Amino acid sequence: MEFNLKIWRQKNAKAKGRFETYHISGIESDSSFLEMLDILNEQLISEGADPIAVERGCKSGGPVAFDHDCREGICGACGLYIDGRAHGPDDRITTCQLFMRHFKDGATITIEPFRSRAFPVIKDLVVDRSAFDKILQAGGFISVRTGSAQDANAILIDHETAEKSMDAASCIGCGSCVATCRNGSAMLFVAARVSSLALLPQGKPEAAKRAAAMVAKMDELGFGNCTNTRACEMECPKSVSIENIARLNREFLKAKFTEKA
Amino acid sequence: MAELISKIPDGPLAEKWTKRKSEINLVSPNNKRKLEIIVVGTGLGGASAAATLGELGYNVKIFCISDSPRRAHSIAAQGGINAAKNYQNDNDSVFRLFEDTIKGGDYRSREANVYRLAEVSSAIIDQCVAQGIPFAREYGGYLANRSFGGVQVSRTFYARGQTGQQLLLGAYASLNRQIAAGTVKCYPRYEMLDLVVINGQAKGIIARNLVSGGLERFGAHAVIIATGGYGNAYFLSTNAMYSNGSAIMQCYRKGAYFANPSFAQIHPTCIPVHGEQQSKLTLMSESLRNDGRIWVPKKKEDVEKLRKGEVKPSQIPEEDRDYYLERRYPAFGNLVPRDVASRAAKERCDAGFGVNETGKAVFLDFADAIQRLGHQRVEERYGNLFEMYQKITDSDPWQEPMMIYPAIHYTMGGTWVDYDLQSTVPGLYSIGEANFSDHGGNRLGASALMQGLADGYFIVPVTIGDYLSHKINEPKTDVSAIEFVEAEKGVQARIDRLFAIKGKTPVDVLHKKLGNIMWEYVGMARTEEGLKTAMKEIKAVREEFYKDVCVPGTQYEFNQELEKALRLEDFFDIGMLMARDALERKESCGGHFRLESQTEDGETKRDDKNFMYVSVWEYKGEGEEPVKHKEPLKFEFVEVKTRNYKK
Repeated sequence: MEFNLKIWRQKNAKAKGRFETYHISGIESDSSFLEMLDILNEQLISEGADPIAVERGCKSGGPVAFDHDCREGICGACGLYIDGRAHGPDDRITTCQLFMRHFKDGATITIEPFRSRAFPVIKDLVVDRSAFDKILQAGGFISVRTGSAQDANAILIDHETAEKSMDAASCIGCGSCVATCRNGSAMLFVAARVSSLALLPQGKPEAAKRAAAMVAKMDELGFGNCTNTRACEMECPKSVSIENIARLNREFLKAKFTEKA
Repeated sequence: MAELISKIPDGPLAEKWTKRKSEINLVSPNNKRKLEIIVVGTGLGGASAAATLGELGYNVKIFCISDSPRRAHSIAAQGGINAAKNYQNDNDSVFRLFEDTIKGGDYRSREANVYRLAEVSSAIIDQCVAQGIPFAREYGGYLANRSFGGVQVSRTFYARGQTGQQLLLGAYASLNRQIAAGTVKCYPRYEMLDLVVINGQAKGIIARNLVSGGLERFGAHAVIIATGGYGNAYFLSTNAMYSNGSAIMQCYRKGAYFANPSFAQIHPTCIPVHGEQQSKLTLMSESLRNDGRIWVPKKKEDVEKLRKGEVKPSQIPEEDRDYYLERRYPAFGNLVPRDVASRAAKERCDAGFGVNETGKAVFLDFADAIQRLGHQRVEERYGNLFEMYQKITDSDPWQEPMMIYPAIHYTMGGTWVDYDLQSTVPGLYSIGEANFSDHGGNRLGASALMQGLADGYFIVPVTIGDYLSHKINEPKTDVSAIEFVEAEKGVQARIDRLFAIKGKTPVDVLHKKLGNIMWEYVGMARTEEGLKTAMKEIKAVREEFYKDVCVPGTQYEFNQELEKALRLEDFFDIGMLMARDALERKESCGGHFRLESQTEDGETKRDDKNFMYVSVWEYKGEGEEPVKHKEPLKFEFVEVKTRNYKK
């Protein structure tokens, strides 16, 4: 298969970005999207496309930087905006689980980073998602010291509740919800964590406080508000439901009502 | 030369850990505040160790090569975590988990370490539940279990096929709590590039800021390596793309001996290679072998028809199928250990029964399970794995069996450590997959998560106190010391050398060449001749690398090609060390299968008289041959037998 790739190139956070177009051929339909980019990069390297060449007028700017790691859809490192969709034209997948058989031979594919005010570009398609870590540091945990736990079976959790908590806990922190949201909201991400813990008896004591702290941090870091467009849920590779946002809102309200003056 | 003192406490097996803990000096809270610890790696081992040490009051710095600690490859572990809870009342016990692990490792691991692992396993589950990890539950609300390879009890706890993810998110949450509390400082997108040793003791690291590209010095009173395994020496493996062996090689060059480098695990159930453009292999959890049945056709003509697509696997009648694991190993059936299952798949494929076009695939069939349990139960147990398989292969495992083939998955070898998990460099500790200590020649399924968390939550935070108790009067490490300056210069020289090559070949092309050599000669079947060839060929690719590698761009930018080139340099050295170790271990044991040493029916044949030891390699300088030391293994509490999964 062959493709024309329109790729966002940006040297660093301060530089101005632009699209560059590349042609690539000889791609197997069973290759993954990231393997296709690997091949493009080998091509760009072999062509001697380095920054020195760029200064001499070569437009390619060296290999394309993109985040990736596990390549099996679980680490959440990869995340590209492909033809106007987070993680591209397939459902319930991350970019690394997208295969070239989903594209028409000869197609032009537009590849951008996940764009959001809270995710500044580091280089090309790589963005800084450390805002997510900061939100979790604000309260996305249960305060238990190592070694202080009781016997695991002393806490009973019915099957359905455990499954619901697991559904929310499936979030991989890729940021597609933020990239997809027209408001750049991180509500689904925050809700997934708040919900998975609030559903469980172990998480209840801190649930309200946790919701308030994480929402406050989210606002502080420049994420937008939720207007219930449900786009996040549609594009979530792990199908995290917006039902969790409703649960987050409940916990948040609870926090506000019980807040000590 | 450092001496190999394993520090195993005397006395009965079940009392060794208690005894050791009682001997360890304590560090008072006001002194802990003055002590600094560096942790490299944020997987289960690193995150849990940093969080626990932070809780204890130490000052911790943790380093992560990804954008967030949550990306560490522990996240990809699927099937589960073992613990000797005996919640199933199937006569499980700490001793049985210990015994299974020793036997599974083919009697090449230390009794005392493995017993301790089994001993703390229960506390791990308690800890994880308290953190809010949504393990699978029975309808009555109690924790559910399943079985894994190489055992006859159900002791594996799981969260769908995402157990590693959930455990890592738990450890990461604990880490976040400490980061918020200010006891731990996290350095994401930083890569360790050298260990700094002062007066023979580990005192810090040189790391590269992967965004700015600059080198930075970090000092501490002790350093913990938790950087996982080196399976990516094979290029194609189930490891994540960033997984690498560089930190343990840097430590090796600075005096930390490397144990059992040749012990690598090949996982039987991975999605087969599809072509030349492939970048990594995807694991299909071992838990699938609980309910899936592995087979190939009995008749060659059926194989031909399958390869041509003339017949669907489901159309091959029951009597024409060879469920070869059930046939060869009636007692364990499809749940034999990984090394045994991998070799059996290779044997069938080598005999011409491989079921795909490349001839390198066997079936993993769920038809019986779907009939027995119903669609919903199977969906609950393995739903995400089925979907993942379908997305990758474009074939529906609900209709037709999965196709699978063995792939490199885990490395049992690693930094040599004593009972305290301290290396031969005082002040340098190594935990999780990065060390060698618990799995011998083969690791049992669902035991990697157990070891990572045992080391990180419960072992190293205790044992490191013994070393640090002698450091309470030592001031903060001065990073302007000559040793730091020299180490940084060395790293800089390495980087400059790479840019100066200005060749034409991309790093990945050379990495693939190394991978092919490793898989061909240092893979599932090893011979003296093959291993010698491997060493010759690795040397040749390494020479090509230094003549013709292309590292584009500059040091002072986000440069993924430079990162890969630095890691590949270390993979060449690891590959050589693996081949050398495999060559000298003239027996077969666990995943290390020497064709010259097998039984009549093709099973591994150990040579306990000559090889019942840990091979421990000492670095002697660039271009010099390393020196092998031996740590003899003594078995006082289990009877050393021939591993038998037939009856």
